[in-house]
Amino acid sequence: MSTLLSQSAAVIKMNIQSLPRRLWMSLAMVFASAVVVAILLAFLAMSKGFEATMESAGSDNVAFFIRTGSAAELNSSAGRDQVNLIENSPGIKRDEQGPMVSPELYVIVDGIKKSTQQEANLPLRGLDQRGVNMRKGFTLVAGRMFNPGTDELIVGAGVVSQFDGFELGQEIRFGKNTWKVVGVFSTGGNVFESELWADAKVIQNLYNRGSSYQSVRAVMESPDSLGAINEYLKSEPRLTHEAQAESSYFAEQGKSLSYMAIFGWVISSIMALGALAGALNTMYTSVSDRAMEIATLRAIGFSSFSAFIGTMAEAMTLAVVGSLVGSLAAFIFFDGLSTSTLGGSFTQVVFSFSLTPELFTKGISMALVIGFISGFFPAWRAARVPVIVAFQSGR
Amino acid sequence: MTTENLFELKNVAKLFTKGKETISIFEGLNMHIKKGDFMAIMGPSGSGKTTLLNLLGGVDQPSSGEISFDGQRIDNLSESQLAKWRANNIGFIFQFYNLMPMLNAAKNVELPLLLTNLSSSERKKQVATALELVGLSDRAKHMPSEMSGGQQQRVAIARAVVSDPTFLLCDEPTGDLDRQTADEILEMLQLLNSKFGKTIVMVTHDPSAAKYATHTVHLNKGKFVKAEELLV
Ligand SMILES: Nc1ncnc2c1ncn2[C@@H]1O[C@H](COP(=O)(O)OP(=O)(O)O)[C@@H](O)[C@H]1O
Ligand SMILES: [Mg+2]
Repeated sequence: MSTLLSQSAAVIKMNIQSLPRRLWMSLAMVFASAVVVAILLAFLAMSKGFEATMESAGSDNVAFFIRTGSAAELNSSAGRDQVNLIENSPGIKRDEQGPMVSPELYVIVDGIKKSTQQEANLPLRGLDQRGVNMRKGFTLVAGRMFNPGTDELIVGAGVVSQFDGFELGQEIRFGKNTWKVVGVFSTGGNVFESELWADAKVIQNLYNRGSSYQSVRAVMESPDSLGAINEYLKSEPRLTHEAQAESSYFAEQGKSLSYMAIFGWVISSIMALGALAGALNTMYTSVSDRAMEIATLRAIGFSSFSAFIGTMAEAMTLAVVGSLVGSLAAFIFFDGLSTSTLGGSFTQVVFSFSLTPELFTKGISMALVIGFISGFFPAWRAARVPVIVAFQSGR
Repeated sequence: MTTENLFELKNVAKLFTKGKETISIFEGLNMHIKKGDFMAIMGPSGSGKTTLLNLLGGVDQPSSGEISFDGQRIDNLSESQLAKWRANNIGFIFQFYNLMPMLNAAKNVELPLLLTNLSSSERKKQVATALELVGLSDRAKHMPSEMSGGQQQRVAIARAVVSDPTFLLCDEPTGDLDRQTADEILEMLQLLNSKFGKTIVMVTHDPSAAKYATHTVHLNKGKFVKAEELLV
């Protein structure tokens, strides 16, 4: 059937050209698929953005030590003597100042969220210049580095944007301690930008930690050194720690919002059922609206397949136009939208919704499913329109 | 003799079932249509004219009996075989023109040619010829909504003849037109019959329309009758 293509092309074109006759119904279908796609993309973009914020923080080449059994650094601990033992581990890179190891403290302080004016937890990290240097993409965007031994701190750019009172030069009270903001830093949008950084020794002092720390970071000679490090940790009875690549630690933490993606699929699928009901109605109306035309074409000799394809194409077109509108709306309203949520350590993580091409593909696939199902059954009916309808009087 | 017959109907029956009820439209109907005929079928409303036309046009199938076209049985063809057969042999002209409202005159006329293997330029040429035949060359780009009823029916005639079928089926072709326009359309059909050799069957209940045909048959309650009997 070499003419099947030209028949179908002509019928598809006529179908599309007849859309203005069913303008409002067709727009309703476009709108419904747009809403479904926009909702889906919002949730996926949230999950994706959070994941990216966590994952991009981790380095393959940094070993991250926490006490065995603690899921996050908040509930880990490492005494000064244990830090010294870790410094002796094989596989750790050295420079002129010795092994490249950063023992760090991680305490929780309060901040006021700009969006809700509610108190929320923020991490205050104690570290030294060595630890700062281990962070990928660290730059000071304003002010200067804190001076060791002082009550100065530097603030992540995410904290400044989402919380009140952390601007450069501000004084902040946490409990009975007052701190001065001397710098604002960026780490390229990752989770560290949701932190406050100050000198580890000062925090030990103010929070009565003696000489102990919580987590330890160390630059490895290569990512393969991890095996040797963990063997050393096991063989050293005074150490109760385990090491993992910093990247895998954050990858794991990044998954904690993946339920948002699942939630998004569930919500949008339920909404898609509603959209589908409307879309089926639209398409059945389209078939009865065009019955005379379908029958006339069949009388002329057009195949029933062309009637089927024409209706399918109309449904798919409306759904895809809807998904493009929905994607555009999601992009305008959600992409890059900055917000904060509870991360793995019960502290706020500032992150941005992130719409990637991969997510748009998922949104369009969702719309194609709606289009396919809402087109199939009406198209089947279109293919079955009796040819004698062409001779029935009245239009 | 038989080879001269374009259509032959033998013992044709047609039943419709509506729910539990079965209505018999035709029983044991016999007829033949000769090549070159211009036959008018008359009869009161509900007498089965359109049903007969649908059977001749391969749009509907008989409940029993045989229908042959040019010596070939068509009553036992499948849906898709019938569609092909219609495309190759039949041109339809409807009471309400049945033009595609979203296509201009030329595009409407082109439709049957999309079922052939003609190139786009060959199609254009044939469309132009058909439009010229019905006197609408200057309306090629006009939409159906921009044309009068008579003009629309002329476009429909052009569409019916563009692929040069042997047989034209017209269901009340002038039923929606005023007298003068109706006469123009009927003259055009007459010309297609006499000059272009088209065999035509036209259903009408307008006696002055039937005068254009070479002969007229009368249907009443599914049977052919003499004209006088209808007056009773
Ligand atoms: N598809 C159908 N189903 C049931 N009855 C039908 C159908 N088509 C026609 N009829 C009936 O068959 C009879 C003849 O109809 P039709 O051929 O349209 O008559 P005409 O064209 O002469 O007015 C009518 O009584 C009509 O109600
Ligand atoms: Mg009729």
